[in-house]
Amino acid sequence: MDMKNMREFMGWLYYQYLLITGIYVLEPWEQSIFNTLLFTMVAMVIYTSYVFVPIHEIMILSPY
Amino acid sequence: SESVRSDGSFNESLRNTSHQLVITEICFKSKCYFRNEINVQKNDKGDCFHQPRVRGEDSFEEAPMYVAVLTYMNYGIVILFGYFRDFLRAVGLEKCHQAQEREEQKDFVPLYQDFENFYKRNLYTRVRDNWNRPICSLPGPVFDIMERVSDDYNWTFRLTGRTVENVINMGSYNYLGFAENNVDLLKTVAEETRQYGVGVCSTRQELGNLSIHEKLERLVAEFLGVESAMAFGMGFATNSMNIPALVGKGCLILSDELNHTSLILGARLSGATIRVFKHNNMQSLEKMLKEAICSGQPRTHRTWKKILIMVEGIYSMEGSLVRLPEILELKKKYKAYLYLDEAHSIGAVGPIGRGVTEHFGVDPNEVDVLMGTFTKSFGAAGGYIAGKKELVDYLRSHSHSAVYATAMSPPVVEQIIRAIKCIMGVDGTTEGQRRVRQLAENTRYLRSRLKKMGFIIYGNQDSPVVPLLLYLPGKVGAFSRAMLKRKIGVVVVGFPATPITEARARFCVSAAHTREMLDKVLQSLDELGDYIKVKFSRHRSSYRPELYDETDFELDS
Repeated sequence: MDMKNMREFMGWLYYQYLLITGIYVLEPWEQSIFNTLLFTMVAMVIYTSYVFVPIHEIMILSPY
Repeated sequence: SESVRSDGSFNESLRNTSHQLVITEICFKSKCYFRNEINVQKNDKGDCFHQPRVRGEDSFEEAPMYVAVLTYMNYGIVILFGYFRDFLRAVGLEKCHQAQEREEQKDFVPLYQDFENFYKRNLYTRVRDNWNRPICSLPGPVFDIMERVSDDYNWTFRLTGRTVENVINMGSYNYLGFAENNVDLLKTVAEETRQYGVGVCSTRQELGNLSIHEKLERLVAEFLGVESAMAFGMGFATNSMNIPALVGKGCLILSDELNHTSLILGARLSGATIRVFKHNNMQSLEKMLKEAICSGQPRTHRTWKKILIMVEGIYSMEGSLVRLPEILELKKKYKAYLYLDEAHSIGAVGPIGRGVTEHFGVDPNEVDVLMGTFTKSFGAAGGYIAGKKELVDYLRSHSHSAVYATAMSPPVVEQIIRAIKCIMGVDGTTEGQRRVRQLAENTRYLRSRLKKMGFIIYGNQDSPVVPLLLYLPGKVGAFSRAMLKRKIGVVVVGFPATPITEARARFCVSAAHTREMLDKVLQSLDELGDYIKVKFSRHRSSYRPELYDETDFELDS
């Protein structure tokens, strides 16, 4: 039962995402393009922060 | 409960969530602006001691900031995809379903490049299935819709053959429920059709002036309480064809910001100078009147021949009521004329259904030109203009609509006659008054429940037009489709009928709706509001400038 509720909830979240970004009105292949682009950008942001944030932190904190 | 508080100074007050009905009284006669907070008991007889009537306050609540940001983002993304699709069509990867220029015309001025066509191709067509739905029954409180599907994303439709039955009708202008097909009530209509036929085959000026038309006009004049009236075949044409007969070059028209297209078209056709004042804003109007009288016509500085103030009784997209007592004061002070378009308010407001003049307790003879339509509250088609006998006699010979348009069809005229007789009580029953009271009750019930649920509703508490704000274009499409799935038919409106960021769903309450129907609608709205998340209200005060706050009005153009 929990899995079913979880699925329903995820479905509702995806529906909200479609409505809020306005993609709800687009055709499915356009929605896929937008999702791909957004996912790529988010992935790049996460990768960059994972690689570079520790190095920046050390550079800022150490005075040498 | 709050007690009456009145002092000489005006005091700011926030609308609090529990007492939704706050009455604002602005005493224009004494030229001081103070506010009384009176707990509402009855809204037809005011308990005030200055003006004949109090009016409820129009509410134009502002949405939270994130909603505006999301709306712009929505439009931005969909417009980007629109450009992408246009590029694909131009390159040839995709077939263009909309009209296109021929190959030989491609070097000339482009015909389909403006924003309107772009909007139509890329935004409107995607959600087009929410409009122009084919209806196959009487548009009463419930109706039947023919089911239609689209295989190519709304470029073409096909009917499946099935009918969706008993859909609750929240969109038809059926305020008093006269859109009915009960045979007993339509007996007189059948008789008159038998006597006069259906086609008139002439204009009023030639051989189309039937005795039934004269009967109608006498009845309309009696209903409104004025000297004389004239009826026309089409409501839109009543405005657009008669304003050119009343004003011309050298006259000034002061029209409200949110006036209907028919009024704007009539004003433009007349050739008079048009100036627009902010919606329902009396200080803006007074400033314009003062300036017009002091400076006169633009280059020659001669006095204006006539100054006509054009307002509507109820504005159909906002549901707000006109500030009639204040406008009449201004009109008398500056010797201007008033044109009141009561398309939505005749029969729908006022304790006995006579419109905004009765709602405010004002003598209808004080308004120079009373205009209205028979489409909304009377269940027929057409419009009327009423006023002094000289005015109406002048219009009979000088109006384009009277001279060139075919006269009204007899069954339609008889339907209006029977509706007016029903409302006035002349036919011996109290059915008409029952309907007027039922409409007021339904309006109050729907509005108060919707406000409590947390939706943003515009307009005055007494107006049967209830706009529910949706803002985001994605939610507009989702809302309409989801409501149809739950068997409720609503009208959603977006750009260009409303400002581009304020898309809305507009409900029209009817006297034929029963309490169960309204409860079903409210329950669906409640569930849907939570599912789609359109309950934006945070009970903040309005963003339109309050009368006593504005000290200076500079209009943009």
